[in-house]
Amino acid sequence: MKFIYQTWWKVLAVLLVTYTFIAGLLLPVPALPIIHETIRNLYFHVPMWFSMCVLFGISVWYSVKYLLKGDENYDLIAVESVNTGLLFYVLGLVTGMIWAKYTWGEAWSNDPKQNSAAIAFLVYCAYLVLRNSIEEEQKRARLSAIYNIFAFPIMLVLIFILPRMTDSLHPGNGGNPAFGRYDLDSYMRLVFYPADLGWIFLGIWIATLRFRMRVAERKKLEEI
Amino acid sequence: MIISLEVNQSKRRFKRRAEHAGKLQNVWKLASEHVSLRLMNLIAQVKTLVKKEIVLEWRSKYALNGILLYVVSTIFVCYLSFRKIDPLTWNALFWIIMLFASINAISKSFVQESRSRQLYYYSIVSPQAVIISKIIYNVMLMLVLAVVAISVYSLVFQNPLGDPLYYFLSVVIGSISFSCVFTMISGIASRAGNNSTLMAILSFPVIIPLLIVLIKLSKNAMDGLDRSVSYDEIGVLAAINVIVVTVSLLLFPYLWRD
Repeated sequence: MKFIYQTWWKVLAVLLVTYTFIAGLLLPVPALPIIHETIRNLYFHVPMWFSMCVLFGISVWYSVKYLLKGDENYDLIAVESVNTGLLFYVLGLVTGMIWAKYTWGEAWSNDPKQNSAAIAFLVYCAYLVLRNSIEEEQKRARLSAIYNIFAFPIMLVLIFILPRMTDSLHPGNGGNPAFGRYDLDSYMRLVFYPADLGWIFLGIWIATLRFRMRVAERKKLEEI
Repeated sequence: MIISLEVNQSKRRFKRRAEHAGKLQNVWKLASEHVSLRLMNLIAQVKTLVKKEIVLEWRSKYALNGILLYVVSTIFVCYLSFRKIDPLTWNALFWIIMLFASINAISKSFVQESRSRQLYYYSIVSPQAVIISKIIYNVMLMLVLAVVAISVYSLVFQNPLGDPLYYFLSVVIGSISFSCVFTMISGIASRAGNNSTLMAILSFPVIIPLLIVLIKLSKNAMDGLDRSVSYDEIGVLAAINVIVVTVSLLLFPYLWRD
């Protein structure tokens, strides 16, 4: 828990994301047909999903901890991770849709990966609805933790396994090669990996800020 | 003198080792006995609880008859409004009917009994026994439901099936998967105020991946494709079911404690 009050990784996040913006737009990229310069979207679209997965993972981790220990703070971390993860979800979806508009021709082309992502969004909306439907705080925390843990493995199957089983336009699915296979050259790696790390740290930072706000609010309520 | 001392020492060492090994064996034996005893106990509890569920149901036959009537009348309404449909819609419509029927059937599973009676179960059996028995009972209920639904459905809507046996297998797998997922969800929904809307909201996103795979599997069977084509789908369904049941077993004790 000490980790969230430290400074070094926040500075690192800002530096890495700034670096991503500068190097990602300036460094050379391989010239590929159809994709052309839109390949730079890799630096922005993929890290969003990585950050989302990390945040949802953190949320599940703290849901498990909540069930074991029963500390209210763990519940707050879980819900704020989901909230921030949903923000990254929307960003990932929008960057993907803009890219798809230029390369696939349509923003939403009924692709399995897109459909799976939409369903995954429903899962987390259901989580938030479940939270809103229960008044009692401890009961709310416990039931939503249970649902969170229950739905997480199914969401993983949905996003990572099902699209691979059908035809998909998305790179890495349905027989399409992922970027890593042959066209991610060393320049791109130089930007891609720092970008992942930077966005993940930024996501965690936002989640911790939201968590600290919730803790402060609760303290204020208790004073009254 | 020295040799005899050494011999003595080694004897003692050997004895000590043997004692240690014996103790270990004992501990192992005790542990395995403990585990097997608990397992036997669990199985006995599950048996009793399943029997209780069936007896309760058989006494009133309310849920069973209600659900069967629901399925048959839904199929008939669909028949009256569609008359004749193409195979793709036939398959999709069947799964939609099954989905709603199973939600209706299983959402009752934790609501039927009063709170005080649930407290009584809590004090005498382990939570794992409760969830396992509920899952088993729901699987049985869903199998009956599925058999009735598929026979009435194929009787009313004529549709040539390429591989009827395999289609039936996909229906069986589907009803097992539905009951495994919905049992846990209905437990969560019942704790959150028995709200049937909540049940639908919580279960739809979770069931959609299963439904996608199921529709694909049954479509393959309907088209009479080679059986080896669908092994992937069956594998995924089995994996999801194993995950869901394991997670339910781990989580149910926390849901139960109230």
